[in-house]
Amino acid sequence: MEQIHGTSRSTPSVGGTDPRLYQIVSLSTLLTYGFVWLHFEVSFAQIVVTIGTALLTQYAATRLVGLPAFDPTSALISSLSLCLLLRTNDLTVAALAAFIAISSKFLFRRHHKHLFNPTTLALAVMLATGFGWISPGQWGQVAWFGFFVACLGSLVVTRAARADVTLAFLLFYTGVLIARALWVGDPLTIPLHQLENGALLIFAFFMISDPKTTPDSRAGRITYALCVALAAGYVQFGLFRPNAPLWGLIVCTSLVPLIDAWLPGREYDWPGRSPDSAPPPALLPVLHRPSIPQPRRFS
Amino acid sequence: MRRWLVPVLTFTAGLFLWGGEASAFCGFYVGRADTKLFNTASEVAIARHDDKTVITMANDFKGDAKEFALVVPVPTILQKEQIHVGDAAVLRHLADYSAPRLVEYFDENPCLREELMERRSMDAMKSMAPAAASPRGRDKTLGITIEAQYTVGEYDILILSAKESAGLETWLTEHDYTIPNGASQVLQSYLKQGMKFFVAKVNLGEQAKLGLTHLRPLQIAFESPKFMLPIRLGTVNADGAQELFIYLLTKHGRVETTNYRTVRLPEAQEVPLYVKDRFGDFYRDLFTQQVTREHERGLFLEYAWDMNWCDPCAANPLSAEELRALGVFWQEPQGRGRGEVFPQGQRVFLTRLHVRYNAAHFPADLMFQETADRTNFQARYILRHAWTGTDACSAAVTYRRQLPERHEHEAQTLASLTGWNIEDIRRTMHLASRPIEHEKTWYQRLWGN
Repeated sequence: MEQIHGTSRSTPSVGGTDPRLYQIVSLSTLLTYGFVWLHFEVSFAQIVVTIGTALLTQYAATRLVGLPAFDPTSALISSLSLCLLLRTNDLTVAALAAFIAISSKFLFRRHHKHLFNPTTLALAVMLATGFGWISPGQWGQVAWFGFFVACLGSLVVTRAARADVTLAFLLFYTGVLIARALWVGDPLTIPLHQLENGALLIFAFFMISDPKTTPDSRAGRITYALCVALAAGYVQFGLFRPNAPLWGLIVCTSLVPLIDAWLPGREYDWPGRSPDSAPPPALLPVLHRPSIPQPRRFS
Repeated sequence: MRRWLVPVLTFTAGLFLWGGEASAFCGFYVGRADTKLFNTASEVAIARHDDKTVITMANDFKGDAKEFALVVPVPTILQKEQIHVGDAAVLRHLADYSAPRLVEYFDENPCLREELMERRSMDAMKSMAPAAASPRGRDKTLGITIEAQYTVGEYDILILSAKESAGLETWLTEHDYTIPNGASQVLQSYLKQGMKFFVAKVNLGEQAKLGLTHLRPLQIAFESPKFMLPIRLGTVNADGAQELFIYLLTKHGRVETTNYRTVRLPEAQEVPLYVKDRFGDFYRDLFTQQVTREHERGLFLEYAWDMNWCDPCAANPLSAEELRALGVFWQEPQGRGRGEVFPQGQRVFLTRLHVRYNAAHFPADLMFQETADRTNFQARYILRHAWTGTDACSAAVTYRRQLPERHEHEAQTLASLTGWNIEDIRRTMHLASRPIEHEKTWYQRLWGN
């Protein structure tokens, strides 16, 4: 769960364990439930290939960039999210998606941040090229509700610092759906039905909340959540396309530097790294960096 | 059987690629489940590519033609050229082609099989031919605009836009369109979404002139990013659930709903032989059972197949002309004017969805998306005839010993799929009830008491 990257230094973990483990467990449980009971159209081979490629890419990039230690947690979270969302009949596509997701963290950077959330970028590329698709309707009520509770629970348990952007987005997006229903005179069962979408939950709890791609200040993040919710509303009701929040997030990514300039805040700081350290090169750090400065994390 | 089926499959596929006549490796087709099994079932075919959509609405209206009226929300104002009257036979062909099917296999002599395996050789299955299978002032007062008015074939058609649903409802009622109570809210929603209303009645004079005794399907063609099917009007005041078959013809791959679960029906299940005579009942009860298991919220995939072929064929694949008649505009027919010619490599993928819906479980219209999935799927059920020879090789002894277990398994599959009583099934199959109460416990078996 990328928002866990936002765990502040004062609460890096709960009970001495990495809180990201909690999220890996909840994603894995959901994937198992979907695979076994809901018959998600994802093969065991695709799961293995996706996770394997993500871990290999993370490992290779760790070595290339010269990071001190290989950290599989973020790669696991990104690849589990891909397994839950991306559908394809081609294992090469699954591998390519995992590679794009993880390598984008190392390639597309600005100051200390990623430009794109890894999973979002990989999904957008696969949808745009037509190699893969997302099946947002395949969840069913039981899985959706169970997952919603697990996600909310994770916010409480991990005291994630970026919970604000998740909650703000869910609030604004629900607002957009309800406002639209009221405007056209639909009963509220329709916006409730629209919210019952597992992909939306993964998006809200695992993608938009990525501290490496969200604005630094709380006001900035709430503004950002509003922009994404409005863009998603436009894609859904103006352009009539599925997977609206994903496209909303991709479009609004470009607003982050503007929001940061307008509403500056303390930059997100990884546990263990000095906040005063010099920022790494912006793009393609592998090519431009002459020597290895102090340890950095790319997860 | 599976053990030799795989090599036969490979071999048959090889034959197919080589250009010879393909054998039916999926068994011999013996029956299909007709859409008429389900009461008051509607059928809609949607051909779509690049936001261009052609919808064919089947018309199985049985009453007096002057009583017939149809009201459908459409995304744009339609010109006369965008409305067409189709051929019911083509839609029937499409339904037959994609229907759930029953196939049968005949077990071979296990002794022969043993010999064959020893010699590591095999024969291909015999090839099998596919089975044949008012005044303007009043309108203004009500806020209604008649955007267009046409007579197409036996139908009088109006395209209406309106300011308020109440006016529209009054207008429709005054013009003898029966609008159920409570439709106003739904009409209002469609109006706010910028949709127009396509309303059709039968022109009795034209119908008599054409000499038609039945009503032909209506077709509309339009361009819109909305890939959806409005079902909400149908749920207002409906008696119980409605049955709908949707045939989606696309260029790239399978279609699924984005706002409801699309579920594959159980397929390739082996069922008792007597299902052959009761396939209709079997399929209807199986479907009901699946609907219940999905808590009445899912759509069911019955068929997803590349339009170039089928195996086994419940009916021949549709010709290029038939596909164009159903709105497949991207497929240019070859040898135009020379009758039905199958072009090489048609790019048409058929998805057949079946849904039982009501307002409580389907509050919103069906939204679709086309995926890149071109994997074939068919609701296919298997009858396996046992070998009845008298050979006494060791394989035959083993085979006979395993038969009761296999029949019991078929009975349990049937009970699980349809919800039929297992004892009734066993009785019909002439199977002895399982002597569960007499079965020895593990400790009885251990100590022999």
